[in-house]
Amino acid sequence: MAINVKVLDRPIEETSYVRATLTGLANTFRHLVDPHKVTTQYPEEKEALGARWRGTHRMLTTEDGKAKCVACGLCPTVCPANCIKLVPGEDEQGNRYPLLFEIDEFRCIFCGYCQEVCPEEAIHVGRHYENAEFDREGFVYDLERLMAQQHPVSELWDPADPAGE
Amino acid sequence: MNPMHIPVTGTAFLIASAVKLLVFFSVYLVTVAMLTLAERKVSAWIQDRHGPNRTGPGGLLQPAADGLKNLMKEELQPSAGHGVLFTLAPAIAFCTALVSWAVIPFAAPMPTPWGLVPMALAELPVGFLFTLAIGSLGVYGITLAGWASNNKYSLLGGLRSSAQMVSYEIAMGMSIIPVLLLTGNVALDGIIRQQAAGGWNVLNLTVAFFVFVLAAFAETNRLPFDLPEAESELVAGYHTEYSSMRFSMFFIAEYANMLTAAGLMATLFLGGWDIPFTRWDDTGDPSVLKTLATLGSFVAKAGFFLFFFMWIRWTLPRFRYDQLMSLGWKVLLPLMLGYIVLVASVLLALQAAGIGAGWLRTLVLLGMNVVVLGGLFLVVDRGRLLSPTTSRLKRIDVDRLRARAADRSPLAAGTRAELMGD
Repeated sequence: MAINVKVLDRPIEETSYVRATLTGLANTFRHLVDPHKVTTQYPEEKEALGARWRGTHRMLTTEDGKAKCVACGLCPTVCPANCIKLVPGEDEQGNRYPLLFEIDEFRCIFCGYCQEVCPEEAIHVGRHYENAEFDREGFVYDLERLMAQQHPVSELWDPADPAGE
Repeated sequence: MNPMHIPVTGTAFLIASAVKLLVFFSVYLVTVAMLTLAERKVSAWIQDRHGPNRTGPGGLLQPAADGLKNLMKEELQPSAGHGVLFTLAPAIAFCTALVSWAVIPFAAPMPTPWGLVPMALAELPVGFLFTLAIGSLGVYGITLAGWASNNKYSLLGGLRSSAQMVSYEIAMGMSIIPVLLLTGNVALDGIIRQQAAGGWNVLNLTVAFFVFVLAAFAETNRLPFDLPEAESELVAGYHTEYSSMRFSMFFIAEYANMLTAAGLMATLFLGGWDIPFTRWDDTGDPSVLKTLATLGSFVAKAGFFLFFFMWIRWTLPRFRYDQLMSLGWKVLLPLMLGYIVLVASVLLALQAAGIGAGWLRTLVLLGMNVVVLGGLFLVVDRGRLLSPTTSRLKRIDVDRLRARAADRSPLAAGTRAELMGD
């Protein structure tokens, strides 16, 4: 032997092919008759999402049904994927509101920075994942659509345990 | 004699054969389709999953959906391949797989107003020789597929399969010879009746049974011997280039071969359609009830073996190619040669002692088998034959190798401090 080959002496119990086969067969048969299966039957059963799940966005509204957004421009600034399009407007009382607020969910990387940075707690990432569309345009969510979403929003972190320990 | 108990002849024979062909090949093909589903279900259950359960009740229509999908798919043909052989290969594999089923009797003969109808598609006097011959033809399908694809992986897969199937055909043929010695007949019906009278061959010839099962796994290219399509090395082996219904035909052929092998195992070693612990089914006048009962018996036995095929597949890893070959040529072949001599001597001795077919002969043969099997497991089953080359060495050789390795490597010879001291 040219190189040092490690030679192991193994007891017969470990090298017996017949014994290994029989224990293997017994093992697989136990699983075969075991009624517990790990599969989640998806459309019928759904697994619970974690409180920190970050999915498609939702714009929260005030009690009179307007968006909480004050068009400060922090979320398009912080967005690393550059997926938020915001055109601010101002009404007669000097309140700022978004003239145009669009999120391209295809560009979004669901980092949750927009929710973290928002001073009004208006834009949120949601605990939601079933958002298939038939065309790409459907993934650009405008303000009405963001306000119409009803799914629960992400907590991003537990206030009692901010470091996630 | 009751005219219903005379074997059918003439026109009635032709009509009976045609009806049998239609009915049993339909049932056969549906069974093959259902086997693909059964395989997926068994694999799923073993892996703690549910398996296909969306198409039809409990997934029962999954084979139909698969078949439809395969029919609709595009048939690709490698432009540099051999066109004719490329098309012919799956047809050969498919046809030989179907034809080899024809000789297996699956029930006791059925009495009809036109005569006694044997419950095998063709009750050939050459019996299992026919199955062996057709089985050898099946190699062509796979080998030609590998050759005609003009693809190195396909060619390697085809080569492997031809070498493997030729090697294990020998072991398979050898394992049937003891049955021949015991029965004196190659016709499967004769073998079944002999087992009904003289005890099942799994008791008489246990070692031959084990070897036959092993060889059948290799012949059908099932795990742990599925080297022709070892996907980790050969993509998909001989059917890499195949798509659509041509691929499907290889798939059907595999399951049809499995079905035939299961039927052969049941017939040669488990008494075929014989119902154990009673002579009611194979003596006296034939009746429709007997035919149905024996059919059930055969289906149960073959079904067990089909399940066993799948059970093994989802339990054992694949053999290495050299292990496969050394098992076939260095273990099974000499083993069966010796066993044939042993069985022949024992049978001769029994004959000299005046012991014919019956429980006493079965007992003597069973004792012989227990001794042989016990000896095999004690002597052979120590991991030497199939494990890496080093574990084949004797203890003293291992020690010598270690000593030599230690001499060559200064670090292994002593501590670092001694080395520094030199």
